[in-house]
Amino acid sequence: MTATEVSPSRADARPVSGGARRTRPPRTFEQANRRLKWAMLAPALLFVGLMIVFPLAFTLDLSLTDAFGAVNADKSHIGLRNFADALGDARRFWPAVRRTIVFTVGAVVLETVFGLALAMLMRKPFRGMRWVRTVLIIPLLATPVAIGILWLLILDPTNGIANHLLAGLGLPRQEFLGSVGQSLPTLMLIDVWQWTPMMTLLLLAGLTTLPEEPEEAALVDGASAWQRFRYVVLPMLGPTLTTALVLRAVDALKTFDILYATKGAGGGSDFEAETLNVYAYGLTFDYQEYGLAAAVLVLFTLFIIGVVVLLRRRGGRKNA
Amino acid sequence: MSTSSRLLSRRSFGRLAAGIAGAAGTGALGACSPRAGKPSAGAPLRIMAINHVWSQAIKRRTKEFEERIGRRVSLTLLTADQLTSSYNVKLNASGTDVDVMMVRALQDQLLFAHNDWLADLTDRVEGDSEFAWTDFQKAPREVSLTAGKVLSVPVVTERPTLYYRKDLVQDAGGPPRTLDALMSTAMELTRRKRGFYGYVGRGQRNGAVSQWSSFLYSHGGDFVIDGKSGIGSPQALAAYEYYGNLLGKAGPPGATNMSLEQAMPIFAQGKAAFYIDADAIYSNFLDPKIASRTVRDTVGFAPFPAGPAGARPHNIASWSLGINKFSLLRDDAWQFIKWAAGPEMSAALQADGIPGARTSVWANSKTLRSFPPDLVEAMRLNAKRGLGYDRPRVLQVGRARDIVGRPLVAGILGESVRPVVRDADAEFADFLVRDNRHKESR
Repeated sequence: MTATEVSPSRADARPVSGGARRTRPPRTFEQANRRLKWAMLAPALLFVGLMIVFPLAFTLDLSLTDAFGAVNADKSHIGLRNFADALGDARRFWPAVRRTIVFTVGAVVLETVFGLALAMLMRKPFRGMRWVRTVLIIPLLATPVAIGILWLLILDPTNGIANHLLAGLGLPRQEFLGSVGQSLPTLMLIDVWQWTPMMTLLLLAGLTTLPEEPEEAALVDGASAWQRFRYVVLPMLGPTLTTALVLRAVDALKTFDILYATKGAGGGSDFEAETLNVYAYGLTFDYQEYGLAAAVLVLFTLFIIGVVVLLRRRGGRKNA
Repeated sequence: MSTSSRLLSRRSFGRLAAGIAGAAGTGALGACSPRAGKPSAGAPLRIMAINHVWSQAIKRRTKEFEERIGRRVSLTLLTADQLTSSYNVKLNASGTDVDVMMVRALQDQLLFAHNDWLADLTDRVEGDSEFAWTDFQKAPREVSLTAGKVLSVPVVTERPTLYYRKDLVQDAGGPPRTLDALMSTAMELTRRKRGFYGYVGRGQRNGAVSQWSSFLYSHGGDFVIDGKSGIGSPQALAAYEYYGNLLGKAGPPGATNMSLEQAMPIFAQGKAAFYIDADAIYSNFLDPKIASRTVRDTVGFAPFPAGPAGARPHNIASWSLGINKFSLLRDDAWQFIKWAAGPEMSAALQADGIPGARTSVWANSKTLRSFPPDLVEAMRLNAKRGLGYDRPRVLQVGRARDIVGRPLVAGILGESVRPVVRDADAEFADFLVRDNRHKESR
């Protein structure tokens, strides 16, 4: 049998739709093709199955149980009770949701504004630009835990250098991370310090790809620098800005390490820096309430998906 | 329809993905089930421990033990929180990659016993006359028992000691003997504008609870009274108000963010007159790398001051050794515990300044020579007067501490403590009901 011949027995056995006889690849070729296709897909599918589908399905299942103490201990399915408990918890869950939103919105807005301002300043080549770019990425290279400890030492109310500087300037001492009221704003500023460079680099990459003609035309028409930025550069930068915002917002929503390194379990003594992530971690590792923790994580995942969809839709509408 | 899409239709893709996810799930669940079998001869004995002076001292001596059992020892040192999280991850997967577990019996043991993660050591400790189980102090020995089984062996004990600056209390005739005297002297010595504070101590909601326990007992209160919440009692309210006033008015700024790691350096650098914390950390104030010269020269040690109900500090087994139920090297793990917590090693370590749990070692004056004489006296009195626990004895100690600690924070922040105590008391009562339900569910 040649490679182009069809096996008579299989061709007869299968009904052919539409009345026309289809020419099928030879059996051996089809089999080889199918095997090859699965062999090529297998690593990716295995990865997706092991790292994404299974954990998600397991977490979803766990969220419907009363799992406590050990994950593999006896547990009963209790329907949506964990979700009801979480959504009815005004002491920890909803304040954590509020803090997550405040932290994310505050940090991302400041990072976008500062990042865009720095990108505009660095748009035209200048002397020492390489040095400036190198210095800019230093905070990005450090691990968040190291950054947390570094700032904890700098901002220590009693022994930290920040208060020595403030005292030297005649300003009152601050409690910074030691204060219930100042903790979240301070943590937002630390996040801004670390992640503004990333926004700068992303937006700078977007700015360098923009055509110069529209801006030059606006200049000829007598547009001011602000008008050129507002009505020419910013709309053209829209897609880059949306992508940068989505990336940074999702990352900021998930912030955990810097909060835990500076404020410890529960986000501080009055839960002042407890975001949803920190809350879910506490439920898992401090309280061993795995069912409730899984429910909080499912709600958190839905929340993140909602934010991404919202940002993409808004970005898409503006950029259309 | 393109050729490629026909070759892998949506349905077949779905089937394939579901199959792989199922296989992955089965594999992952299989990995979580207990494994039996024999370890290889080259497998090390894995010990997970807190990064503590005790563990450092043991690390320096492990070669001797390795030669004795003919097996390599792998010692991992972590912080307390990291240690608990690691146990949670490993033992939830029935991991065999930890053999000896250093645990905080008062924090972890009830839960670990509930999860069936700790091997029963009763026959080993009671059946080995060399080990002399009855030589251990009564309070730490009781903490090692859960449901009549010995699940851990205490190796480090601690009591709260009053650290003070001798140069600052000379005129007052020595360190304060009562909590009232401590309060008034601390207030007098506080110079906030100059960055000097009368008192420093732990103020974190969760972290402060264990140190506050001695204030609670000395006011006549307790966490749980007759199985019900005791934190709403007048005695507990007085203890909350006292501690809040002391740390809020005579303490440094940012006290509510302070645990041992933040509070200890403030005293060590000469910025506070009094500090109450575990006696096991005394060597920090004599260490030139940590303490200022003034503190090294003038630090004094005194017993816990008396409150309205007398001086009733805690005297606890802060760290103990247990064996992972899933370990494949349980016999070697027991040999390690026998060696590390045995009478000889306990005496050697106490002589190096690490307070142990054996009565015979405390009775041996040679083991106390490395401690400052006033510290020895403070430890002796605190041990005599002490209670064997410093936190609620429940399954979910973390959640209990979070509830009990809330009024402490309110007090330190200068808020009215009474309404917060009332609220925390109701929450703690509910919590105890749920905790009991969990206990009974096993």
